Amino acid sequence: MSIFTEAQSKAILDKVVALSKADETSARLTGAIEGNIRFALNNISTSGVVSDVSLAVQVSFGKRVGMATINEFDDAALERVVRRAEDLARLAPENPEFMPIIDKQSYKPSPTFAAATAAIDPEFRAKVAADSIGPCREAKLTAAGFLEDGQSFVAFANSKGNFGYQTATSFNYTCTVRTDDGRGSGWVGRDLTDAGSFKAESDIRIAMRKATESAEAKALEPGKYTVILEPHAAAGLISFMMNFFDARQADEGRSFLSKKGGGNKLGEQVYDPRVNLIADPWDPRAPVMPWDVEGMPREKMPIVENGKVAALNYSRYWAQKQGKRAVGAPGNLIMAGGDKTTAELVKGTQKGILVTRTWYIRMVDPQTVLLTGLTRDGTFYIENGQIKHPIKNFRFNESPVIMLNNIEELGRPVRVAGDESTLVMMIPPMKLRDFTFTSLSDAV
Amino acid sequence: MQRRDFLSSAGLGLAALMLPYGRSVAAEALLEPADTALRKRLADVALGAARDGGAQYCDVRVGRYLRQSVLTREAQVRNIVNAESVGVGVRVLRDGAWGFAATSQTTPDAVAAATRQALAIAKANARAQTRKVELAPVQGVGEARWATPVRKNALAVPVADKVELLMSVNAAALKNGADFVQSNLFAINEQKYFASTDGSYIDQDIHRIWLPLTATAVDKASGKFRTRDGLSAPMGMGFEYLDADPAGKFALPGGLTGYGRSYDVIEDAIAAARHARAKLKAPSAKPGKYDLVIDPSNLFLTIHENVGHPLELDRVLGYEANYAGTSFATLDKRESGYRYGSERVNFVADKTRPGSLGAVGFDDEGVKTREWDLVRDGVLVDYQATRDEAHILGHTQSHGCSYADSWSSVQFQRMPNVSLRPGKDKLSVADMIKGVERGLYIHGRGSYSIDQQRYNAQFGGQLFFEIKNGQVAGLVEDAAYQIRTPEFWASCSAICDERDFRLGGSFFDGKGQPSQVSAVSHGAATARFDGINVINTARAL
Repeated sequence: MSIFTEAQSKAILDKVVALSKADETSARLTGAIEGNIRFALNNISTSGVVSDVSLAVQVSFGKRVGMATINEFDDAALERVVRRAEDLARLAPENPEFMPIIDKQSYKPSPTFAAATAAIDPEFRAKVAADSIGPCREAKLTAAGFLEDGQSFVAFANSKGNFGYQTATSFNYTCTVRTDDGRGSGWVGRDLTDAGSFKAESDIRIAMRKATESAEAKALEPGKYTVILEPHAAAGLISFMMNFFDARQADEGRSFLSKKGGGNKLGEQVYDPRVNLIADPWDPRAPVMPWDVEGMPREKMPIVENGKVAALNYSRYWAQKQGKRAVGAPGNLIMAGGDKTTAELVKGTQKGILVTRTWYIRMVDPQTVLLTGLTRDGTFYIENGQIKHPIKNFRFNESPVIMLNNIEELGRPVRVAGDESTLVMMIPPMKLRDFTFTSLSDAV
Repeated sequence: MQRRDFLSSAGLGLAALMLPYGRSVAAEALLEPADTALRKRLADVALGAARDGGAQYCDVRVGRYLRQSVLTREAQVRNIVNAESVGVGVRVLRDGAWGFAATSQTTPDAVAAATRQALAIAKANARAQTRKVELAPVQGVGEARWATPVRKNALAVPVADKVELLMSVNAAALKNGADFVQSNLFAINEQKYFASTDGSYIDQDIHRIWLPLTATAVDKASGKFRTRDGLSAPMGMGFEYLDADPAGKFALPGGLTGYGRSYDVIEDAIAAARHARAKLKAPSAKPGKYDLVIDPSNLFLTIHENVGHPLELDRVLGYEANYAGTSFATLDKRESGYRYGSERVNFVADKTRPGSLGAVGFDDEGVKTREWDLVRDGVLVDYQATRDEAHILGHTQSHGCSYADSWSSVQFQRMPNVSLRPGKDKLSVADMIKGVERGLYIHGRGSYSIDQQRYNAQFGGQLFFEIKNGQVAGLVEDAAYQIRTPEFWASCSAICDERDFRLGGSFFDGKGQPSQVSAVSHGAATARFDGINVINTARAL
């Protein structure tokens, strides 16, 4: 049993706080049941269920902090974990950036839990695999995919009387489909809170179509092109950039958001005025917990407003040092767009390149957030509003900061899956000019 | 694929403890010995239950995985984490299909229950499986032991000494021109007890260590900032790696120092700070074709990405198609004698090299480790396989490439150490550089990105020195080399001899879904590559 109720959680956390002899105490209880199924070469390869629950206790004496965790919850175990945290705190060096625990907060619940996702069982997972594999086998295509779903809870309390509890569900499905001769490859991904409407048998058609249509690719010279990035293709670049929205890094002069001569670019025009990024834990399309990992309440807030930097992440320590108000670090990122689908953006494009997905994105130069990576699973040449033919994959060297200054048009945002970022994101398809491809890749 | 965000996620406070790794313990607890009699008893419970349940084969891993991290910046300790993870993983082969289950409870009842669960999963998987698993035979070894030959167990060194070392590293960097510095120490100990129905009971004690650092220099007036990472390698060694033994150093052209079996972290921190500051003023590289002289501290990652990964057999077959990708080095290429590189290029795989991250006595399915050729005289000759893959290559024994990152993870094919053999003719780095008219001399691991079939790759570095008419000239900035795998290795025109051979390594190499990490070393001597495309990465915002 890894999902504790609010009452069970509170009872455990209250005991922990009462047991502590430290100046300050906070405790966090998390649990999850996660299931997965993996398939490749049109066969199920592995599947499993992992269930876990853990209690972390942090105490402080003055500026000395100690932490300990445990996965047993009887009274003796709770006493043990508290004493261990206290022992570690007494031995720890003083932390010059120590911050007292947070005061009592009030949190507005967000819709992170869906019963349909929590009810997923091994049969459901096996059916997702079978519904992905079956149509591929019939069409002489090869599927490799992964489904990971889970339900979880988080509860925390501290010696200032703060308490929070909420449950959540997650669902992430990805599938790569290749033609049997290895000349075409397609991909589909879904990231959902509520898996009630998920249908593998219809989603798999997207990957199948991309696989079939991307075979017979022609080589195009590398260079600067107008591109349409599908939401999954754009998300990897944008999430990388968000790592640099840290106020301290910017103030220390080591971010693209540092200002010449010192300070940061908060309030400055950094992007095209059509760029609007917000965080909103309560957005039903991409809900996240109403608090960050420290328990700080998250807020609905603009991060980039009409192209101007509207918010940077201030840690509690840095906010205090700079005289700023600290708020919870965002857990989601919602980028505004228009109404058009990717297909409608293609229709309005004279000449350009459609990119399904980007891959292996890494930082080349943090000064400009120059990133490199590759296109994959369906890259196409567009002429007169139509997909003319598939093209070979490219390596790009491009900065998302430059890219978001070269906007031609933004489409309708969708929730993205399979990204390396921990942010839950809604990203529009985007038409951009002068996107920089630097070499060809033979990879399919 | 590598974990790009490990260091940032191994962050601060309570959040770091919620990383999915074990429980936090006192440092002293990391030194408590494992109870071998209990481990054998638990293993026998699993093996007996598997036999009773009709398994053709069963292996059980009773694991205790210890990790210590000390994270610092400037004069501040950011975090100290001692983590321990204990449990039992049982894998069974029944009706030609695998089943796996694991439990954190080290009791006979829990192990028996996990074994029954593994049998049930195998039974369910057998129904859907179109081809039965074929296992290469392994001769049981009875009771066996293997341990990383450490001189100083890193977990036995007091945390206070480690903090003091990192604080002096940071102080040295700040004193020599760094505005910011970050240094971390990771020590890992895997205590693995393996038993199988082949008749093996193998007790292994494996140690690894890593001390990465980054010095940052900022020029506030121009808004520019530059970093230089440390040039050490993660190693399969104890704390003796940090002894700064002069015998482990390599004096290199341009006043540079390379590190072999010993690392002088203070010396490197001073150099890192000076280099970071010098990089602020260094001119931007002119794009074009260059002859590259690549130090092992950079070349290891190119070997890892462009040779190690494409020759993983599960990837070649398509099992990693949805995550890590497939490979250009398809099986027909071995049949046709595919030319992977120039005739001086020889890649060797091993799980035995002393001091390397991959060195173990036996892999995670009880196979005694060894060395074998992957590319001989430039020609592709072999891949990396586990027991259930060996037959696909026509081999009668496994390469010993099975690894799981935890007792709770199922073992699968992971990369062994893959190294470029040193040149046969005597050649020093200085002599190699003398022959280069227009080139770049590259040190240190930078950014890296490669496509899903391992053709097109781009690598940065920590230091790019211009070579002009056989001489090392000044630093240049904003350079990266773009390559296509077979052409790159075909352009290898010289490799220094074994005197220059050093290891680099990857501490957190990711693969599989759910993702597992592994650690692997890559050895090389400095090598020369002719006519390689170098791009300029500077942009204006």
